[in-house]
Amino acid sequence: MAELAIELTGVNKYFGEVHANKNISFAVAKGSIHGIIGENGAGKSTLMSILYGYYQADSGSIRLNGQEVRIRNSHDAIARGIGMVHQHFMLVDTFTVLENIVLGAEQGVALKQSLLAARDHLAALNRDYGLQVDPDAIVGELGVGEQQRVEILKALYRGADVLILDEPTAVLTPQEADDLFRILGLLKAQGKTVLLITHKLREVLDITDAVTVMRAGEIVGNVVTAEVGKEDLADLMVGRKVNLQLDKTPATPGKTVLQVSNLSLTDARGVKLLDDVSFELREGEIVGIAGVSGNGQSELLEILSGMREASAGSVRYNGTELTTLPTREPKAAAYRRLGIAHVPEDRSREGLVKDFSTFENAILGYHDDPAIQRGLLFNRKAIIERCRRFISEFDVRPANAFRRSGLFSGGNQQKVILAREIDSDPQLMLIGQPTRGVDIGAIEFIHKRLMALRNAGKALLLVSVELDEILALSDRIIVMNAGRVSGELPAAQATATELGLLMGGHK
Amino acid sequence: MDSFFSVLDATIRVATPLVLAALAGLFSERSGIVDLALEGKMLAAAFAAACVAYMMQSPWAGLAAGMAAGVMVALLHGIVSIGYNGNQLISGVALNMMVSGLTPVLALAWFQQGGRTPTLDDAARFRSIELPFADAIAASAPLKALFGHNILVYLAVLVIVVVSWVVYKSRFGLRLRAVGENPHAADAAGINVKLVRYLAQSISGALCGVAGAYLVLAQTGAFIQDMTAGKGYLALAALIFGKWRPWAAVSGCLLFAFTDAIQIRLQGSALPLIGSIPDAFIQAIPYVLTVVLLAGFMGKAVAPKAIGVPFVKSR
Amino acid sequence: MSQPSNLPRWATLWLMPVLNLFAALLVSGLVITLIGEDPVECLQLMINGAFGYPEGIGYTLFYTTSFIFTGLAVAAAFHAGLFNIGGEGQMYLAGLGVTLVCLGLDFLPGWVVIPLALLASMVFGAAWAFIPGYLQAKRGSHIVVTTIMFNFIASALMTWLLVDKLIMPGSQTPATRLFAESAWIPMLHELAANLGIELPQTPLNATFFLALISLVVFYLMVWRSRWGYTLRTVGLNEKAARYAGMPVSKVIIVAMCFSGALAGLAAVNELLGSTHRMNLAFTNGIGFVGIAVALMGRNHPFGILLSALLFGALTQGGLDLSFERPAITHEMIILTQGLIILFCGALENLFQTPLALAFKQMTKR
Repeated sequence: MAELAIELTGVNKYFGEVHANKNISFAVAKGSIHGIIGENGAGKSTLMSILYGYYQADSGSIRLNGQEVRIRNSHDAIARGIGMVHQHFMLVDTFTVLENIVLGAEQGVALKQSLLAARDHLAALNRDYGLQVDPDAIVGELGVGEQQRVEILKALYRGADVLILDEPTAVLTPQEADDLFRILGLLKAQGKTVLLITHKLREVLDITDAVTVMRAGEIVGNVVTAEVGKEDLADLMVGRKVNLQLDKTPATPGKTVLQVSNLSLTDARGVKLLDDVSFELREGEIVGIAGVSGNGQSELLEILSGMREASAGSVRYNGTELTTLPTREPKAAAYRRLGIAHVPEDRSREGLVKDFSTFENAILGYHDDPAIQRGLLFNRKAIIERCRRFISEFDVRPANAFRRSGLFSGGNQQKVILAREIDSDPQLMLIGQPTRGVDIGAIEFIHKRLMALRNAGKALLLVSVELDEILALSDRIIVMNAGRVSGELPAAQATATELGLLMGGHK
Repeated sequence: MDSFFSVLDATIRVATPLVLAALAGLFSERSGIVDLALEGKMLAAAFAAACVAYMMQSPWAGLAAGMAAGVMVALLHGIVSIGYNGNQLISGVALNMMVSGLTPVLALAWFQQGGRTPTLDDAARFRSIELPFADAIAASAPLKALFGHNILVYLAVLVIVVVSWVVYKSRFGLRLRAVGENPHAADAAGINVKLVRYLAQSISGALCGVAGAYLVLAQTGAFIQDMTAGKGYLALAALIFGKWRPWAAVSGCLLFAFTDAIQIRLQGSALPLIGSIPDAFIQAIPYVLTVVLLAGFMGKAVAPKAIGVPFVKSR
Repeated sequence: MSQPSNLPRWATLWLMPVLNLFAALLVSGLVITLIGEDPVECLQLMINGAFGYPEGIGYTLFYTTSFIFTGLAVAAAFHAGLFNIGGEGQMYLAGLGVTLVCLGLDFLPGWVVIPLALLASMVFGAAWAFIPGYLQAKRGSHIVVTTIMFNFIASALMTWLLVDKLIMPGSQTPATRLFAESAWIPMLHELAANLGIELPQTPLNATFFLALISLVVFYLMVWRSRWGYTLRTVGLNEKAARYAGMPVSKVIIVAMCFSGALAGLAAVNELLGSTHRMNLAFTNGIGFVGIAVALMGRNHPFGILLSALLFGALTQGGLDLSFERPAITHEMIILTQGLIILFCGALENLFQTPLALAFKQMTKR
């Protein structure tokens, strides 16, 4: 039996009442590449943070090379030969590559020594793995692929035997990703162990030896890669659904309300966050945008709601070109006036002000509405009445308009936001992650309301990482991966497996 | 020509405490902690130095006391900012006020001289250092400007060199800068972010301590209420003006000290074309320059990226 | 600026300031003991000095008036998430505005000059706050540093003006000539005399009523108007403000102008209500007291009223105390002020965490 580099037994982690890691047990063979896959919120990152010492497990044991260990902080983890390449790079942008590598592992008080030694070591690493990078370059000026190489070199320089990579290809081009896998192959040949966290099925199938599948904090599968096919993995990843039966009358879509053509967004570093996205949305239908978060959906919503400018492409709303709309007020306000409502993905940080009372949040974005003014001041009575109406129509609990929104549960917060946006009688509704962190009862309620809107002839664009939700609500489904539309199909023809494949960029 | 050297002489004298305070601010801010309390640290140090130098009739004892006082105030700022993740701006302002209020009260209580300390004898002060050819030096303006200063001035020069080396060429300096730019990256590399910040605060306090002690032991010879008179803010301005780099900050200090030194010389006399410039305008130059810099008209003034944000491990 | 709190609202609004005040007084008391005086006795003398006799009350309320204005000024900026330390400079420049109107237009009747002077004070104060506000909103220049710089620039500018331009001819002290009596805001004891009531002579003047009105107007503007709503949203959650389509830059700039205008009104109390001339450094730290008042008053007009009253009492009581106990000078009050700012503004977590735990325990049962 191959020696086990890592063995986790019964690991549990709680954050308050949230059970982020439930009874995790699995083993990783030394000298193998082991994949860990799962959707957002599956608990993968938490688990890796425990391995790297950022958190301590509440119970369970960790064995490294057969020995039980206690990893109290990152310093311990590094000392035990664990290196981590983070999803959001842990590099100091103003330092050179050499300085970043040496940080934390300097020998002696003066840097000169350490830098010279590191330079030599880097040359050796380059020889062995082909990890080419200019040691004197400023990290902030490097491309993303090169920055990642610096992260890897950093871990190797510290003598890592186990390398954890957290969603490493999220920001890489296909070519850069291939180069990375080549390097991982070399590391494996040298006896190093690699833990690859990803949601991309292709990667898992191409390079891993074994895979652990996580869902909702638990392990749902430990398989040998050679023995499974992509459909099996997709199934495991998205799981069997709670049957959200909705009375879904077939859609009778009317005229086109929204026309998105060749929409692109490139960030300051030249990374394409949105790549030539095109689709249409008509009255009386729900189009669901599926995909693992971070594949461009958030950016799409930001552009459509007026909070961000596109780099290229057009957005036509009822014939009006929105990207070049002449307006003296912020775009988000102008769009609202045109009848575009927005339920934001980040409900608690964008959709409401936690310290405001509910009635104050009930008018967020609509504070200029003449119906709630009285002369120079607000018509407080009108606002409270409006809020009370929201509370009763949407069954918000506790039914207290004066309670601070931050104290309400996620579901009730969302109901207020939804009530507010619907009340403005919009023609187009942009909805992001409507039921994230919301209890089952509220989910049902929210879904019913969304269906009712659609039946009343509104156009709804739904962005969600929950496939169940997408399948239950959408008339048409668009899947996004790496900023592009990787597939579009009528909901009636879509299966979870099919969608999982598209989400994983496999097709 | 003579007046050039006398201006140089005055500039160096005025610049010395500014340089020390600016470098103190450098350590604090480079580690990610906003340091508005330079003023308070200097004032506390001045008071402590005056008291102890008087009681022990020794400038070195005074210097040590000044440094200790500076460190105490700095650690208080540290506990509030690092230990309790408090608002660093408010903490700095509060500490300045507290020191400003406490020092004259103690001075009055202990020395009954209306809020000041007794004037120190020569033995308890730092005088110009005794070099061979002392008479020749005193007679020649250029030599006096360069060699006729007290020991703290030369110590300050040494400090500049050492600080520059520490910040850019030492292990501690690398960690210091990392913690100020991206504390999460430092944490990922196994560095104890809070410890580094506390150390930076201590160094800051010690350097401000020397600066404050200088004001008493090398200049006035006694503690007077609010004697720092905004020098701490000038030092902060110089630090920002120098974009948080040691030698650039020192140039800023020299520039600001220069405006102070020529102010007296220009008093009343008319410049070609402009006529006579009011004192006040010259006094305001350092502050105006800082605002202009902050407005982005003199290149970007980029503070350490993580400054002012309490470090909380969040995943 | 504000942190979301795990405590019930009443605890944040009432209990915390009281605890912070208590802590500040405790430390001050320790210092008093250290210098050999009896803190309890000092407290009694101070209370008596502030409230124990009519003249004392008059002075207390006079100081309170200025503190209300500068407290509101700091609070206005805090509501937008900005720390405006520039109150001193803004008040100073406002004084210039008042002076220019009163010296230049003194041929006009009082009922024209005084409102014009009020307007000038607000405009000048707002103007001095505008530049730092603009730089913060449009260029990201840190408002704390710029307002500190502007305080010093104001000091230099005003020193020059007072010594060179506005000084009363033939005088040695840097102060303007007396304003024409038509431009004097009536003092309370004068008004009372017209009604047949006898009040002791103190600088307490009609600006006090303006301050009280300002508290109400402040409340209405910040909590009951559209503008105030955008102000508070920007301050509490800039992301949500952008989501709501609010023009964030504009809100920040207007907030600073509003803040500067309020600080300016403090100058009216001092110059038109009391001294009737402008002299050097008349601002005398009032702008900084405003910071303490706003922090302790939790940026709410009612809290500001109480805090301003507290500081008015501290100032007047402190002055009286320094007569009785010469060892306890005015600077002692500055120490207390600094302690209050420290506890109320920077050490929120000191009491909040154990209190939150205590509440959690109590509500669990």
